Amino acid sequence: MLRPLTRDVAIVSFAEMPAVRREWERDEVEMLVPVITEAIEGSGIGRKEIGFTVSGSSDFLTGRPFSFVIALDAVGAWPPIEESHVEMDGAFALYEAWVRLQHGDIDTALVYAFGRSSLGEVRDVLAMQLDPYYVAPLWPDSISLAALQARALLDSGRATEHAMAEIAARSRSRARSNPNAQVAGAFDVDALLAEPYLVSPLRRHDCPPISDGACAMVLVAGDRARRAKTQLAWIRGIDHRIEPHALGARDLTRSPSTALAAERAGVSAGAVDVAEIHAPFTHQEIILRDALGLGPDVDVNPSGGALAANPLMVAGLTRVGAAARKIMDGSARRAVAHATSGPCLQQNLVAVLAAEPEAVR
Amino acid sequence: MSEPVQRIKAPVRLGYQVVAGRDLSRFLAGIAEGRFLGKRCPSCHKVYVPPRGACPACGALLTEEVSVADRGTLTTFCVVNVPVEGRAMKLPYVYGSVLLDGADIPFAHLIQGLPVEEVRMGLRVRAEWAAALLPTMETILCFLPTGEPDAPFHTYQEHL
Repeated sequence: MLRPLTRDVAIVSFAEMPAVRREWERDEVEMLVPVITEAIEGSGIGRKEIGFTVSGSSDFLTGRPFSFVIALDAVGAWPPIEESHVEMDGAFALYEAWVRLQHGDIDTALVYAFGRSSLGEVRDVLAMQLDPYYVAPLWPDSISLAALQARALLDSGRATEHAMAEIAARSRSRARSNPNAQVAGAFDVDALLAEPYLVSPLRRHDCPPISDGACAMVLVAGDRARRAKTQLAWIRGIDHRIEPHALGARDLTRSPSTALAAERAGVSAGAVDVAEIHAPFTHQEIILRDALGLGPDVDVNPSGGALAANPLMVAGLTRVGAAARKIMDGSARRAVAHATSGPCLQQNLVAVLAAEPEAVR
Repeated sequence: MSEPVQRIKAPVRLGYQVVAGRDLSRFLAGIAEGRFLGKRCPSCHKVYVPPRGACPACGALLTEEVSVADRGTLTTFCVVNVPVEGRAMKLPYVYGSVLLDGADIPFAHLIQGLPVEEVRMGLRVRAEWAAALLPTMETILCFLPTGEPDAPFHTYQEHL
């Protein structure tokens, strides 16, 4: 009998802070303690039983070095714990936890993320992730880069400004049932299209809100997961891929890294009930739906997605958490979650979640 | 254009509005009243001054507010012989860890009022307050010797 290539890993709990435009009162640790506590208590696993802890955040957002070390106060790292960090969205920290659980010596992991986009000028801060020789010195802001991508997509004939406005209206309408959303409501597409451009061809509704937020997730693996009494969201596949750093070397209207990650994660191996796609800008949802190969019957972003709340470094892991909730509450059997990082969808992660662990043994 | 380009200048300047947080804001408000406020961990009972969002050992939010003395013991120190940008201090000077009476975590500040070579572990010190009490760390000018006998090592050895 063939030995399975991977160990079964499942999401047992997820907690998130309601996203806000600016968290004036609390620091990062004070934001994290409630969500980490809620995720751990929801998992039924003792805090000291957590085998591995990993976080996603960016010092460029907080404006001070080693902010992730200070954030560890929220975990309770004594006696010393096994811990790691990625300077990326928490979804990529989830990937590291999944890999760590494959080692087989531990069965539990805590993943958390925090992001405060409000402390600096986030449009400028994000220029720091660009090529430092030829692009960053020009300070192209993040909305202008997204607008270049949107223009290319419109020119390709695969999107219209009307379709983009429909995505904004649908996302923010769905967000009305998400208590953690920041921008929610009923919007008329024609009224949205009557608004002026923010950065042509993007209008304000095409762009995500600026958000502060935090979230946490607990994973369990192997027999420990199989003994769980609650409905888990099993990670049936997870993969992430990257595209060239040079924006000019990419076809910005396509996301081949998402398509490859989706293939490796096994998206097409079964019907998809729900998909949580990390598309901060409306036109990016069109690119990502294509790359993920999702049909018109898939329920996309019932949470409202990043257009409803976009705490940087958090919004990707929140997509996985939102998809996991749909499995846990029984409203979906199989879900796809996607997270992105970098300019114009440069890095992409895809996870397939399901109500059952892999059947083949 | 025969000379190869070996370096470029790419200046970066980003501005941030830092949020102090609930606990540190409370501490700074205490400084503006001329007192040191700390917080006790409900789990391990250690008193943190300044208080922080959570007890780093337990991961618990700190609950009980505690007022501690503005005097304490110098647990350890270093002599600074290198000028620091933006700080016009006469060299050499001493930067030390002060364990305020009633606190469990030392507090870093300037140690003045005695020759550098006489600064020692166990020295008893007190805060020297500025005339105008403001919610900033500059309101505590430095720590000065109190003249009390040195604290025995065992009274602070757990706090180094």
